[in-house]
Amino acid sequence: MKVKDRKKARSYMEFLYIVPFLILVLLFSYYPLYGWVYAFFDYKPPFPLSADRFVGFKWFKSIVDSPTKISQILKVLRNTFAMSGLSLLFSWVPMALAILLNEIKQKTYRRIVQTVTTLPNFISWVLVYSIAFNVLSSTGAVNSILMNLGLIDTPIMFLQSSKHVWFRMWLWLTWKNAGWAAIMYIAALSGIDEEMNEAARIDGASRIQIIWHITLPSLMPTYFVLVMLNLANFLSNGMEQYYVFQNSFNKEYIQVLDLYVYNIAMGNGGYSLSVAISILKSIVSLVLLCVTNALSKLVRGEGFI
Amino acid sequence: MINSKTKKKKMKVSMEDRIITIVSYVIYTLFAFVCFYPFYYIFINSLSANDLSEKGKVLFWIKGLHFKNYIDIVKVPGLFNALKISLARTVIGTTLTVATAAFLGYMFTRETMWKRKLWYRLVVATMYFNAGIIPWYITMRNLGLTNNFWGYIFPNIVAPFYIVLCKTYVESVPKELQQAAEIDGAGTLRIFWQIMLPVIQPILATVAIFSAVNQWNSFQDTLLLVTDPKLHTLQFVLYQYITQATSLKALVNSTSTSSSIAALATAQTATSIRMTVTVVVVTPIVFVYPFFQKFFIKGIMIGAVKG
Repeated sequence: MKVKDRKKARSYMEFLYIVPFLILVLLFSYYPLYGWVYAFFDYKPPFPLSADRFVGFKWFKSIVDSPTKISQILKVLRNTFAMSGLSLLFSWVPMALAILLNEIKQKTYRRIVQTVTTLPNFISWVLVYSIAFNVLSSTGAVNSILMNLGLIDTPIMFLQSSKHVWFRMWLWLTWKNAGWAAIMYIAALSGIDEEMNEAARIDGASRIQIIWHITLPSLMPTYFVLVMLNLANFLSNGMEQYYVFQNSFNKEYIQVLDLYVYNIAMGNGGYSLSVAISILKSIVSLVLLCVTNALSKLVRGEGFI
Repeated sequence: MINSKTKKKKMKVSMEDRIITIVSYVIYTLFAFVCFYPFYYIFINSLSANDLSEKGKVLFWIKGLHFKNYIDIVKVPGLFNALKISLARTVIGTTLTVATAAFLGYMFTRETMWKRKLWYRLVVATMYFNAGIIPWYITMRNLGLTNNFWGYIFPNIVAPFYIVLCKTYVESVPKELQQAAEIDGAGTLRIFWQIMLPVIQPILATVAIFSAVNQWNSFQDTLLLVTDPKLHTLQFVLYQYITQATSLKALVNSTSTSSSIAALATAQTATSIRMTVTVVVVTPIVFVYPFFQKFFIKGIMIGAVKG
């Protein structure tokens, strides 16, 4: 009896130890969900919610209640789909890089390129933008080199242009992430049995054949999971990259959903409308997560949640 | 006859071999160059004569070496304060995040805890949803964490991903270690402090680096929460400098307007300020990163096993 009591006391005690942390989680992750009610009120920032008018689904309807608004939201969706679509379309690039890296047998060289190509992943988008600004400005490295080579006469305004915005954003994203993403695949490759490669080689398989029949298949599970995660996050590009790169020239093409939600709230004070769009986005994202997770269970036998 | 056939095959194979090797080296060398050159370009420009660098004449090596940019940069208003804020949030934030990840990672393995699984799920679930930035912003305002240094710290203390990493690591430690301590009468906290903490240090190093890099790089929270310039971080200040560097150069240049060539070479330009601040912001990452790369890789390997 006594032992049982002591055990019980201990189990509650252990719970008490983590209570402060649970409170933090509730405050910063769950309590914000309550903020969704702002979508149903006519929220004017300085006043408390009790002073605002309940408006039901007005804000949800207002997303599509006039042709200009419809064309606005369609533009934002188009940009979101374009950026995410490009990422999805080229999602094999890091895997291809990993295969190439795996073929570099000289250890020191491999370590050097690995270190150099993963570095951009660890700098902020502000720094990426700063680098882009310095390298691509009218007197920056790229324009100077092109002009020295006589390929162009006048500097190209890379950042102040509305051309190929989606593709250029994808390039910067790839510059930042591809090296690191390749390492993820390398981690998966280190699990391949070296004996299998050796056996294939003795059987007379060429390097291409080894890549095609051993390396690639063993990377597929990782690739599949990453594609599924990509799909689950299709609407969430994040806003930081697009926020720092946005300017009056490229605004039409760079405003993705996450940035749009920020811009209408912080730029125009449209808090309620912004929250309404957030809610719709969250619902669609949740559905996507469930679908991709189910798909993963179907194909791999296990989900990723 | 047979001999020459195998020879032919070998020739073909080695030819193929060579092509793959060449392609791998060429592509990766180009990729590495594209990743490396921008950093190098900005670095050599920050040390070169400013009039040359503004005209885009410094491309491959330093021209007209001088260190005045790094001396003048102290005069840029707000920069030193921003450095202090960035360092403070990195040090305090990382310490609290790592301590929490270690403690919760251990506590969530305690099968004796009341409703352990429920609490664990409650924490991990937060990886898969978020309310959106505006509800989060309103929450932070209601909690009095806008224009408040602790707004950088509190929301980041409990980081579910790091907790999962730590928990996975703790689970890999032989159970006998804990059991032995328990028989000796050690309590929950004592086991954590004296047995677990020393053993799980490798994963804590990984978490510390991830967390420190995140804190150092953080930009969005300043953008959302802070209007008080005293709380601006280095990232935020750098962003402001890029968008308004032209107005800054007047503040930094001394009042004497001599236009001798020597003065021109060291007078601050919008370009020189931008490049020098960029070097200052990127340096901690560049220096810390190569040493800790193996921790990073270890971290994702554990994550990969888990995922």
